[in-house]
Amino acid sequence: MQLTKPIQASPGMSRAVAPWAGVNMRFGLLGACLLAISLATAIFWWPASAAAEGADDPLGSPMWSEMKAQFFANASFVFDDRVKVLVPSIVENQAQVPVTADARALQDVRKLVVFADLNPIQHVLTLGVLKAEPFIAFRMKVEQGTPVRAAALTGDGVWHVGGVFLDAAGGGCSAPAMARNDSDWTDTVGHAQGKLYRELDGSVRARFRLRHPMDTGLARDNTPAYFIEKLDMRSDAGEQLATLEIREPVSEDPTLTMVVRLPLQDAGLTILGRDNHGEEYRSVIPAGWRQSAVGAAGAAAER
Amino acid sequence: MAVIRQKQLRSATCGSGQSSPASGRGISRRAALERLAAVAALPLIVGAFDEAAAAPLNYSLKPVAITEGVWVLYGVPEAIDRNNGGAIANVTIFDTSDGAVIVDSGPSKRFGLSLVECARSLTGKGVARVYLTHFHPDHVFGNQAFEAQALAAPQGVIDGLATLGEDFASAMYHAAGDWMRGTELVLPGKVVIDGVEEIGGRRFVTTVLAGHTNSDLIVREATSGVVVAGDLVFLDRAPTTPHADLPKWRSSLEHIARIDAQHIVPGHGPVEDGFRGAVQTREWLAIVEETIREAFERGLSMNEAMTSPLPDWTKSIALARYEFERSVMHFYPKLEAGNWPRVDKPI
Repeated sequence: MQLTKPIQASPGMSRAVAPWAGVNMRFGLLGACLLAISLATAIFWWPASAAAEGADDPLGSPMWSEMKAQFFANASFVFDDRVKVLVPSIVENQAQVPVTADARALQDVRKLVVFADLNPIQHVLTLGVLKAEPFIAFRMKVEQGTPVRAAALTGDGVWHVGGVFLDAAGGGCSAPAMARNDSDWTDTVGHAQGKLYRELDGSVRARFRLRHPMDTGLARDNTPAYFIEKLDMRSDAGEQLATLEIREPVSEDPTLTMVVRLPLQDAGLTILGRDNHGEEYRSVIPAGWRQSAVGAAGAAAER
Repeated sequence: MAVIRQKQLRSATCGSGQSSPASGRGISRRAALERLAAVAALPLIVGAFDEAAAAPLNYSLKPVAITEGVWVLYGVPEAIDRNNGGAIANVTIFDTSDGAVIVDSGPSKRFGLSLVECARSLTGKGVARVYLTHFHPDHVFGNQAFEAQALAAPQGVIDGLATLGEDFASAMYHAAGDWMRGTELVLPGKVVIDGVEEIGGRRFVTTVLAGHTNSDLIVREATSGVVVAGDLVFLDRAPTTPHADLPKWRSSLEHIARIDAQHIVPGHGPVEDGFRGAVQTREWLAIVEETIREAFERGLSMNEAMTSPLPDWTKSIALARYEFERSVMHFYPKLEAGNWPRVDKPI
């Protein structure tokens, strides 16, 4: 077997040149329709902004000027390869696309925002970096192929933007949550699981899973939006280490990887959460320190 | 252990041969893009009706004889895409005095229709029986070309298709494009259980195993010693795991290794007369399971886990990295849900 959604993620530049490049010329009617729509879209926005967009955005997104306005307003920004976004080379399940955003190559990052230009809801999450690393891994829903970007705000007020083009079949945002098929899903909302791992540099990697439907409000069954909107990572003493604003595109049962500077004598990492219905959640991931100390992706590459 | 190539047996090319998955379409992607780029500047809409680009898609099936009266249509060692039309899995054709017996129907209606023609040109007869090894779309979407009563599969395969078939169809349309045109889900009309079916002088021994999916059929034809193993066995192409149960898969491979077989047809990869495919599949699954578990226990994110190094021997396995990435996505959520302690506390 070969499928569930075997689609090559392409590096976005080809799309910058021709947004319709993915359309196979031999499609017959379907292809013709898609092409016509693409061309119509191109005609619509091209004269006004295409040339500028192409030069401006390495991923050639027709939504880039909108994204700029939405996330950076009048602040200055640069495209910066040191801000990495990792996605799989294929999308296996468009409701659960693993994404890692990593700006640890930059100094003095205050905030890390992840957004997807062509998603119905573009803002995915914002990590507030206090005593933590600008690093977050999670899974998200995608409705179609889209740029997935991470923007790191440094102390000098400049946004550093990295990203990739993720190719995908649609349906992630408008498909009902899986848990809706379980009659007992309400019993498991708020159940949390997790584990802490020590990094070589003494920081603490937290992996955490919180059961929640994460309904977007866009599903075909008209389920209203119902999602975790805030997580707060704290030390034993109640000191805030990182904050996380989560939005609808984050997948059902959010499963997160973060790196925080939790004092090593602390008993655990406290995670306080709240969903958009005002329900509050509290978890403490115990510090076991039984796991081997490894430093993230670099460690995998060294082996 | 010799790979069976074009032996001095009857082989043929089915279909018109104008365009084959292997040789590509009438116009290459690059050529299409260049053409597009050329027309983009001026008569924009003309590109949509470029007649050279509208040549019909055609699977050029090339049966390879593996023993007297038995042929395999080899799938290409690739992911499903718009060049290969999804023809990535092996299809086996047996000649019997009552008609052709086929194992697996291919990825699309168009493939199924070509397959019927191919079987007729090889055997001079119609199709008496089509066995389906499992419910994955590259093996079953040629069903439309056959009568439902000719299509036979274990109940688990039929149930799996009924549940997942529509999602598979939509994914196949996305991945393979126009090759899928007109393709619809057709459920088999006959349930296969463990037993023997005699058709036109041949004896088809059917055994229902599991592991690649929850229901995997193997077919051993007793007079030829040909064993069609479906996707329980891959060879020189990385195994896929979206519905895998590894312990069950391992026992099924042990079962296969005990079969008296002259030729083993893997679901993907070359036919051989030994058990190299079963051994390689077992080793791959062990590597995948161990590497993913190790990454998980080190606290890596899924994307980080996907970069884990694989042993050198896997370099000669087609799609090794691609399938490893997919397997990370299949197995990681189960590890997370099954291994981390509960940490939620009362407010």
